[in-house]
Amino acid sequence: MQYLVSVIDDQTGSANPDEMAAINAFNDRLQAEGHWVFAAGLGAPSTATVIDNRNGEAVLTDGPFMESKEYLAGFWIMEAPDLDVALRLAADGSKACNRKIEVRPFLGD
Amino acid sequence: MREAIAQAHREEWARVVAALTRRFGDLDIAEEAAAEAFATAVGRWPADGVPPNPGAWLTTTANRKAIDRIRREHRRDDKQKEAQMLVDKDPLEPLGVIDDQRLRLIFTCCHPALAMDTRVALTLRMVGGLTVPEIARAFLVQEAAMGQRITRAKIKIKAARVPYRVPSAEDLPARVSGVLAVLFLVFNEGYLATGPDTDPVRHELTAEAIRLTRLIRALMPEDGEVAGLLALMLLTEARRTARVSANGELVTLDEQDRGAWDAALVAEGHRLVRERLAAAVAPGRYQILAAINAVHTSARDVRDTDWSQVVALYDQLVRLDPSPIIVLNRAIAVAELDGPEVALAAVDRLDDKLGGYHAYHATRADLLRRLGCSQRSRAAYDKAIDLAGNTAEIAYLTRRREQLGS
Repeated sequence: MQYLVSVIDDQTGSANPDEMAAINAFNDRLQAEGHWVFAAGLGAPSTATVIDNRNGEAVLTDGPFMESKEYLAGFWIMEAPDLDVALRLAADGSKACNRKIEVRPFLGD
Repeated sequence: MREAIAQAHREEWARVVAALTRRFGDLDIAEEAAAEAFATAVGRWPADGVPPNPGAWLTTTANRKAIDRIRREHRRDDKQKEAQMLVDKDPLEPLGVIDDQRLRLIFTCCHPALAMDTRVALTLRMVGGLTVPEIARAFLVQEAAMGQRITRAKIKIKAARVPYRVPSAEDLPARVSGVLAVLFLVFNEGYLATGPDTDPVRHELTAEAIRLTRLIRALMPEDGEVAGLLALMLLTEARRTARVSANGELVTLDEQDRGAWDAALVAEGHRLVRERLAAAVAPGRYQILAAINAVHTSARDVRDTDWSQVVALYDQLVRLDPSPIIVLNRAIAVAELDGPEVALAAVDRLDDKLGGYHAYHATRADLLRRLGCSQRSRAAYDKAIDLAGNTAEIAYLTRRREQLGS
């Protein structure tokens, strides 16, 4: 079972060096324990572009699809047997990156 | 026959739902099949007689209903169905607790990833066997909304794979206290119902909370807080009939007819409190609250109450949980020991935290009344009446306000 573990940020700027070190250590642990699928940090919301090609004519909009105080700053994709394991990992992840986190299951296949 | 079916429902519902959830990995299938099995019993038992082992009969019948449903759905989309099943193939970790399938069911329904309202509703449905309309009525929610809340919870449990098992040792204490919080909430809503159109005391909710707490107690006999919560509920429930007067007014502890208390419940509560004292393990908050209630229920007359013991127990509780409501309740006991003036000073310090809580204003009103400050007392009664939701409490506060001199 895979979970999308999103990092929610409400301040500008990426992780500081201490947070980065903690995140790296946490990532190493995810890999060692077999929970790692993928992880990445994202550029600021202002670097996003929205594109809508539903009518066959791509319309570009500068900025994120939704302006909000909180935004997605990065994410993990984790492998876990159930929600309890995913939540325990996410709790450690939140501590490591020093930010709030959302855990959401992928649709079953 | 009605009674036999009602008894089977009380005793076997949770067991049937739990066994089916374990087997089919799906709360929705388990709930529906259990309900169908009981409906079949209602149709068949009057003619065929009650089977020698009603629980086994119900489980077998429910199993058959569940398999019928799965076959029907498999024909539609068999692969998807298989994949969505919430399976528990892992053997249970040895935890030193009794592994009962009902215990798994309770932990799943009270999972912290579900909102508190949802945990309460799901527990009453899946473990307590209350119907959706009954739960909707209990919490003054539209039936459709309550049905949706339960359905959404079942979907989340399945989609996010909330596990069906007793939590691991490291999560267990927090998860048990989560379960107890759900049961305490059900009990309190029954004991001091908040709705304007409900009875002031709702025995069906207090009784259900006690029944489920007894079940957890039977499953986890070593857990001190489970024993503490059960004792607290019993010692509170014992005073139920003395708590509302014939004309529907709340009767405070000091004015209750102590002869009307349920002696058997008091004795059982006291036994549990003594058991926990003998265990000599640092008590949690429910055990301390139970001990406070044991002191109250040990006094044949309110004047015999050992207030220094009550205050000492509140001191212990404040160290564990320094929340303003506990501090407020401590102050009420302090008024008896050190006088209303000392208590009022402590209560007034809580104004910014409890300004929106009716019991804060009711306590102030009572202390001010005892100090002879009628005008300030009246203003506090006004606020308390304004904020209170329980009809019997409003009637009591209103009378007290009218009795004030000028």
